[in-house]
Amino acid sequence: MIDLGPYGFYVLSAYGVTLTLIAALVLQSVRRSEKVRIELEALEARRGRTPRG
Amino acid sequence: MSFWEFANPVRFNRLATRTLPWLAGATALCLGIGLIWGFFFTPDDYQQGSTVKIIYIHVPSAMMAINAWFMMFATSLVWLIRRHHVSALAARAAAPIGAVMTLIALFTGAIWGQPMWGTYWEWDPRLTSFMVLFIFYLGYIALWEAIEDPDKAADLTAVLCMVGSVFAALSRWAVQFWNQGLHQGASLSLDKEENVADVFYFPLLVCLAGFVLLFVTLVVLRTRTEIRARRAMALMQREGEHSA
Repeated sequence: MIDLGPYGFYVLSAYGVTLTLIAALVLQSVRRSEKVRIELEALEARRGRTPRG
Repeated sequence: MSFWEFANPVRFNRLATRTLPWLAGATALCLGIGLIWGFFFTPDDYQQGSTVKIIYIHVPSAMMAINAWFMMFATSLVWLIRRHHVSALAARAAAPIGAVMTLIALFTGAIWGQPMWGTYWEWDPRLTSFMVLFIFYLGYIALWEAIEDPDKAADLTAVLCMVGSVFAALSRWAVQFWNQGLHQGASLSLDKEENVADVFYFPLLVCLAGFVLLFVTLVVLRTRTEIRARRAMALMQREGEHSA
């Protein structure tokens, strides 16, 4: 582990919060994308159509 | 091929599906290299100590927070003038990303400010304009959620976006023209003499590229989702009409 000196708490907090927020944003985006894709495919299948895009 | 062909939702989604794996890969590569380089392989600053490492997340997130709003401004303008639904949905898709970038910039700025300025927060004009920008992001997202008619929501949020652009511009250029308060000048400049030292500058450039790619990847992914959600809503309405 690198030595961050007396500012370790500040640097690690900044990186920790940033990476957590980015991970949450990516996860939420991917999960919603999958959920909507599955819903749309089910609706298109009910109408007997090929999903578009 | 004209740029406007991507205003066709089907064409946009096909392009998105083809490009997303490449964009995601490039984002992971740039962010991984930039952050590891900056965090582990750069020296401490002679004045700031190890807190200088916060620059690799604070500067790119602040840059994207402002530029996300400018992107929303451009796409909202396209919606108002040309009525392309994809552009309105792209603006909607970008808002949560911009809000998160603004939050990261505010948080990392505050956490850097405590050891360097002796305070987490100061009602400095530059910091305050950023806080107002964050509130505009929240208002913009809330307005989209509050209005049921999607075209009306797109119209009203586009107007809100035009108004908020004043604060985005203020946040962007305040660092240069506002010579009061605590916040120092810009860390990056086209003039090499004004830039941070090379040892910090190059990893910072890689991090900037990583944040830009992250933004583009997420906007493309979320716009595709919004287009699909709009289509699903239309199909459900038609089903409702047939069964009624």
